[in-house]
Amino acid sequence: MTGYIARRILIALPVLAGVLLVVFVLVRILPGEPCTAILGERATPEACERFNEANGLNDSIIVQLGIYAQNVVTGNFGDSIRFSRPVSQILIERLPVTLELAVAALTLAVVAGVPLGILAAQRHNSAVDVGAMTVANVGVSMPIFWLGLLLAYLFAIVLGDTPFALPASGRLPPGVRPDAFWEVWGLELSEEGLASNVAEFISNMEIVNAAISAQWSVMWLAIKHLILPTIALATIPMAIIARMTRSSLLDALQRDFTRTARAKGASESRVVRQHALRNAMLPVVTVIGLQLGALLGGAVLTETVFGLAGIGTALFEAINARDFPIIQGFTVVIAATYVIVNLIVDISYGYLDPRVRL
Amino acid sequence: MTLRPDLTVPDPEALIEQPGSIWGIVLRRFMKRKIGVAGLILVTFMVLVAIFAPLIAPYSYTQDFIGQPGAERWAAPCVNFLGCEGTQHLFGLDGNVRDFFSRVVYAARVSLPLGFTTVVVAIAIGTVIGAVAAYIGGWVDNTLMRVMDVVLGFPSLILAIAIVFVLGPGLRNTLFAIAIVTIPQYARVMRASVLSVKEVDYVAASRALGASSTRVLVTRVVPNALTPLVVLGTLGVATVILEAAALGFLGLGATPPTPEWGAMLAAERARIFTAPHLMIFPGLAIMITVLGFNLVGDGLRDALDPTLNR
Repeated sequence: MTGYIARRILIALPVLAGVLLVVFVLVRILPGEPCTAILGERATPEACERFNEANGLNDSIIVQLGIYAQNVVTGNFGDSIRFSRPVSQILIERLPVTLELAVAALTLAVVAGVPLGILAAQRHNSAVDVGAMTVANVGVSMPIFWLGLLLAYLFAIVLGDTPFALPASGRLPPGVRPDAFWEVWGLELSEEGLASNVAEFISNMEIVNAAISAQWSVMWLAIKHLILPTIALATIPMAIIARMTRSSLLDALQRDFTRTARAKGASESRVVRQHALRNAMLPVVTVIGLQLGALLGGAVLTETVFGLAGIGTALFEAINARDFPIIQGFTVVIAATYVIVNLIVDISYGYLDPRVRL
Repeated sequence: MTLRPDLTVPDPEALIEQPGSIWGIVLRRFMKRKIGVAGLILVTFMVLVAIFAPLIAPYSYTQDFIGQPGAERWAAPCVNFLGCEGTQHLFGLDGNVRDFFSRVVYAARVSLPLGFTTVVVAIAIGTVIGAVAAYIGGWVDNTLMRVMDVVLGFPSLILAIAIVFVLGPGLRNTLFAIAIVTIPQYARVMRASVLSVKEVDYVAASRALGASSTRVLVTRVVPNALTPLVVLGTLGVATVILEAAALGFLGLGATPPTPEWGAMLAAERARIFTAPHLMIFPGLAIMITVLGFNLVGDGLRDALDPTLNR
């Protein structure tokens, strides 16, 4: 097992390095000068010169690559050109928003997708099966942003005056400013340092912050704001997971070990739960892990539709404004997360299915 | 004379699948599955809409109705058949007072060819990479596949966004961006297929007869790897149309006045509360097209997989 893990990591490292290099190259060949993008179209050459000097854009490409590599290793990406604030600070504000959304969406996708797939497989070719697969097929075929807009229209306008109304933008109603959990706990936060960064990161997840500091009404508001984006983002992964669970379980139900279990007189629910499902879950686990890419891509669209200030919208705005430090810092975090999660999926797969380790 | 006329013996001939070309068998098996046929109907419908767009759409996609009686921006649909007296606008008017139905219809001429072309480009490049990697092997194989891994190391939409920013917005660059991010899956499948047929007897025989590597690759190996590519390519069209719509929605795809479903949704997004019809129809068009290709792809996969006889 150790050898297998080491091998997977050895394969993942060059990929990660390649990803980081691609980010660097892509950022350099983005058309348009960062200077005019930030200072405005009519910036004087002198102002541009000073700007480039201040932001290290006059160094040779090799030096810039070296600085970039150093930044990646130390996790320090410098200051955003637009906001003149450290990229890490902006990441601490933005990442929790996306994290909360992605975790909620993945949870919903698994909690709804797996049972839907099991149900469809157990009642193969019945109306339930056809219905579930129709839902799944329509689900993977809907553009996320369109589903988001439809949900917003349905729950904020059509049902706007009913108890089912749900907010369609933002994370909390305007004006609601919850206290950070450390204030509620009566703790003093130092200005800098890892602990305060972590605390700030946690407090930026509205639901978590409200939950651990017992601000129940705020928590309820935050949950209500998260429902529609979560459904929009979860639909495609849910459909994919449901389809995978169904086909994998159908396959397992036809295998010899299932017949053996039936032959020895095990009840149908026991056959499904103890024998077939265990074997069927392997590919499902992989598919769940692989949904991360779809979630991160979908987050850009979901955050745009629902006006959430997460990393998706931040990255999009940064590319638009040629804010190099933010683009670099954020893509590195996204790509690294992606590569690492894929690595974890690979490893867990090897753990679940010994044959893979060979 | 039959003793029990209510009992009919099935014709044994009918139970055996008629011999024929492999694609004939696949077609028959495909047509037996409702899901694939349903998809084929949806795809055919959208393809017909795209081909006959000028006949179906009452107006050009650029013609506006500014200043005409009753024509307002974001006007609701007006269907004569349902009792509306004015000029007929099946899907209403958009923010530039253009007939929305005509624009949704003409947009099929943008998305469908874009989907097909992107997949063809991606398959063409992907198969060459995959075949070369598998056939040559060694460090060439390793290098090519690691490069593919790097492309797969990004969430595809985010990489596509970055590429479009580098190349500049527009339909052609959308095509390139999505083709690039989808190449690895075709390369991987092609590589696996080539590896699996590389050692079989008829390929060895072909080589023993003195055929060149290229000839063996083109005449023996590639045709056998086509099966999975057909399935993947069909599903790929669905993915491309979805991603192209997403890029269009983010303002990176088609440039005005080209009608594109994603861009149309983005343009009328602010009207969602007052003119929901402008949101419903382009999205519905995307969904029908994508659903069609997904179902055809699933049907094809089932038809091509002899072990799946459920």
